[in-house]
Amino acid sequence: MNRQAIAEQLLQALTEIAPEIDPKAITPAKLLRQQVDLDSADWLNFLVAVHERLGVDIPDADAPKLSTLDKLIDYCAQRLEADGAPAAH
Amino acid sequence: MIEFRMPSLGSDMDEGKLLKWLVQPGDPVHKGQVIAVVDTSKAAIDVECWSEGVLHALLVEPEAVIPVGTLMAVLRAPGERVEDVDALAAVAMAREVSAPVAAPPPARSAVPAPALSGLTPGARQRVSPAARRRAQELGVDVESVRGSGPDGAITLADVEACAAPPAPAVTAPPAAASRAREMRKVIAAAMARSKREIPHYYLAEDILFANAANWLAQRNAGLPVTQRLLPAALLVKAVAVALQRYPEFNGFWRDGGLNAGAGVHPGIAISLREGGLVAPALRDAAALDIAALTRALLDLVKRTRAGSLRSSELADATITITNLGEQGVASVFGVIYPPQVALVGFGRVMLRPWAVDAGGEAGAADVKALPVLTASLAADHRASDGHRGALLLAQIRDLLQDPQALDAPLHIPEPP
Repeated sequence: MNRQAIAEQLLQALTEIAPEIDPKAITPAKLLRQQVDLDSADWLNFLVAVHERLGVDIPDADAPKLSTLDKLIDYCAQRLEADGAPAAH
Repeated sequence: MIEFRMPSLGSDMDEGKLLKWLVQPGDPVHKGQVIAVVDTSKAAIDVECWSEGVLHALLVEPEAVIPVGTLMAVLRAPGERVEDVDALAAVAMAREVSAPVAAPPPARSAVPAPALSGLTPGARQRVSPAARRRAQELGVDVESVRGSGPDGAITLADVEACAAPPAPAVTAPPAAASRAREMRKVIAAAMARSKREIPHYYLAEDILFANAANWLAQRNAGLPVTQRLLPAALLVKAVAVALQRYPEFNGFWRDGGLNAGAGVHPGIAISLREGGLVAPALRDAAALDIAALTRALLDLVKRTRAGSLRSSELADATITITNLGEQGVASVFGVIYPPQVALVGFGRVMLRPWAVDAGGEAGAADVKALPVLTASLAADHRASDGHRGALLLAQIRDLLQDPQALDAPLHIPEPP
């Protein structure tokens, strides 16, 4: 799965847990939780949605480091590559 | 006969708009089933029915704006005969007619059905010949049309309205901006009433969160994301368990007296990005372990954002819990949501200097940097006194020192 496809899945996961968010307004390099005002319940719901969509289970210790959309994309891409996931999900 | 009425979804609601029915006459209805969707200033709400039976007749059309308490539908209780319920329903409807019912401009046939005819299987429906002909041309089933003519007769206009595509307003929620404006008004009214009527008093206590944080970190380290635990679940649990011993903070101030809540159902304040907030109830929170409580919290937040809360969740909260620590503040002193009598607030968990027993010499202490959060209580002085409030906060503090014990679901005896 390429970065573009991962980004799309992440944004869809985001709008799934917070439909009022406009995904187009998100700057990938900026702090995600601040941009869209996610509280801790939203954040955990988001991680669950990412797991459902990409099959990537983000451990509790890693989650705080994934503060921007860019970092999330990098992380998921690495994990998917390491798992030998097929190019198309 | 069972009456289904427009529920009050909080003290700040006096009317609601029926968006749609999810059941039809003849459908069996079980206790707790969502049977209608009602729009309030807060959100579109799934309204549950708390009786068991068979839906007999729908008395209000989608799009109608009706006051709280209006008869919306009648159900047959198990064993009741159709004819008997017809007769009882007619009496109930006659009583209702005297109550004002504000219907919006008829986008479809938005007039509340004045009679049960046409809704009851076997009853004769008046249909004008022109309407019947038109119904055939348009392929409309006249049985499904609700008449707006004399004695509920179906007119040509009713048939045409029924054949027309539904007005967009039926499905499209109000624009976010107008919803936010509406909600602002509702919050303004409730909060102004609270500060006008409720003699608030405020207490606060710093709570060591080290044990809780360690326990959460240890548990979460081994858990997949779908089973992970939220710190907020521990806080809610501590409040819900503590309230079992301090019932004067759990309930409502009505008619000059305290009505203790039937069960502890904390309302969780959830702020909305488009403005305003809602505080849906997390029912019987003390009876859940932290895993189940976390899932319930996640579900509540998700459904609040998606606009699919249930009526019982908006009507049932017996106290409010607000967790403004998410926004990074150290403490919060809340405004009670009337007719509730208390609000518990939590600030941010942060590392603070904390004196711990150094062992050895009596009174010797070391200062360590430990995770601490401030819990606060805003309470109604008509219903409780500061001494009891202090005991409640102390109980919450003590419960949070032993998260393992707090995890166990509390057995709550059935109310007598």
